[in-house]
Amino acid sequence: MTDYLTLKDLRSYYGQIQALHGITFELSEGSVTTLLGANGAGKTTTLRAICGMVRSTGTIQFDGRPLIGLSTESIVKLGIAHVPQGRGTFTRMNVEENLQLGAITRSDRAAIADDIERMFTLFPVLKERRVQQAGLLSGGEQQMLAVARALMLRPRLLLLDEPSFGLAPLVVRELFKTLTQINREEKTTILVVEQNAQLALELADTAYVIETGQIVQSGPAAEIANNEDIRKSYLGY
Amino acid sequence: MELLTNQVLAGIATGAIYACMALAVVMIYEAIDHLNFAQGEMAMFSTFIAWQLLEWGVPYWGAFFGSVAISFCGGVAIERTLFRPLATASILVQIAGFIALFSIINSSAGLIWDFSIKSFPSPFGSAPFLGSQLISDHQAGMFFITLILLGLLYFFFRFTRIGLAMRAAATLPDSARLVGINVGWMIALGWGLAAAIGAVAGILIAPVVFLEPNMMAGVLLYGFVGAVLGGLSSPAGAVAGGFMVGILENLAGTYIPVVGNELKLPIALAMIVTVLVFRPTGLFGRPQVQRV
Repeated sequence: MTDYLTLKDLRSYYGQIQALHGITFELSEGSVTTLLGANGAGKTTTLRAICGMVRSTGTIQFDGRPLIGLSTESIVKLGIAHVPQGRGTFTRMNVEENLQLGAITRSDRAAIADDIERMFTLFPVLKERRVQQAGLLSGGEQQMLAVARALMLRPRLLLLDEPSFGLAPLVVRELFKTLTQINREEKTTILVVEQNAQLALELADTAYVIETGQIVQSGPAAEIANNEDIRKSYLGY
Repeated sequence: MELLTNQVLAGIATGAIYACMALAVVMIYEAIDHLNFAQGEMAMFSTFIAWQLLEWGVPYWGAFFGSVAISFCGGVAIERTLFRPLATASILVQIAGFIALFSIINSSAGLIWDFSIKSFPSPFGSAPFLGSQLISDHQAGMFFITLILLGLLYFFFRFTRIGLAMRAAATLPDSARLVGINVGWMIALGWGLAAAIGAVAGILIAPVVFLEPNMMAGVLLYGFVGAVLGGLSSPAGAVAGGFMVGILENLAGTYIPVVGNELKLPIALAMIVTVLVFRPTGLFGRPQVQRV
């Protein structure tokens, strides 16, 4: 197992305010890792830092390449897809155009067309809505579209920010089943940030718990899930 | 009845000028989300470049496309050097930038080519179009070139990947970066396109209004009216809006006695106010619908 993504002493800032106080963790290729923690703990900021969207110091290495200092678009071109909080849907464009945009950095047109069909198999509801304006989809449909758009990059690393947010429990189950399938079949490495800890721990192999910008607990997901102290103190269930 | 038809035809003829300019206005609005007050001056400068090329003996279409290409590069250069540093500044600072650009271009054109009025040739000639006294071959030619331009733009934005990337960058820059689009370059490209369309508009308008550094002052105002009337988010709407302004202006001047020739301009401004009060997205603009 090699260290695929490594974060060392990561400190991030919004203007004068420091949001991360030295985050250190690593994840291996093909794994599913989850970052857990309360509101405002720094989970989203960690993902944003990986994508070069906040000012950061420290080290972030992806497959041996340092990421800090690179622009967001160059980081994406290395194969890191990010499903942001709020989904980042291109609301004025239709579903198919959203998928095309996910693959905008690729140039293999035939493969892109194949991938769009594959997304329609993975998320049949998107096929029905193919030419509908994306802003008119329901929350769940938009979340699926956001995941599908990210997969269109054929990412080597998929970052998901609260994929369950605002979705009905049944839709969430469906979505997480699909994520598991993507991880198994395509060997896509996944880093998922979740408030719904129970759900995330079922999906992940490894879990990290963040509090006020620092990692406070870590371990195999099953262990964290069974540790009553951690559950009560940090995860609230 | 004949008077009405004739006035509508004449309206379409002037409307073609406004439509061309409105299209350029909408293009830059799509790319940067603001109106560019220097748009008219950029078009005027492009027209002078075409005129200079003609003076040097370049054939008409060579000068036409030469000027369009130079304007495209100029538009990109203006964005990279002047507006890139202002990208995160407040809207008022940007407007100050536009006005500065306006004066700089206007004065440099006067410095290089002086303020005397020059005539500019038309590739279509000025013979009456199909025997009509009100619309000339040149005006008919303008009408068709505007439509062709619109068709090309529609194709570019709907069916090409770079057009798709440009639309994404303009509407949601953060999301666009997350799919790997270089938003900065897309904006520069938008400036280039707007400058190129402005060049086409200027070259087509020049035979009608004559070439001098202040030629675009009135035209740009009508172009804005057309763009607002049709909807700033809709290129086709802007073109339709431009034609409507031309026609309405002519009809009001003919049929409403108090208006006459002198009050045509207030009519145009009254149209802006009416549209903004009753339908702020313009007649064809898309309201932004979003589920939350």
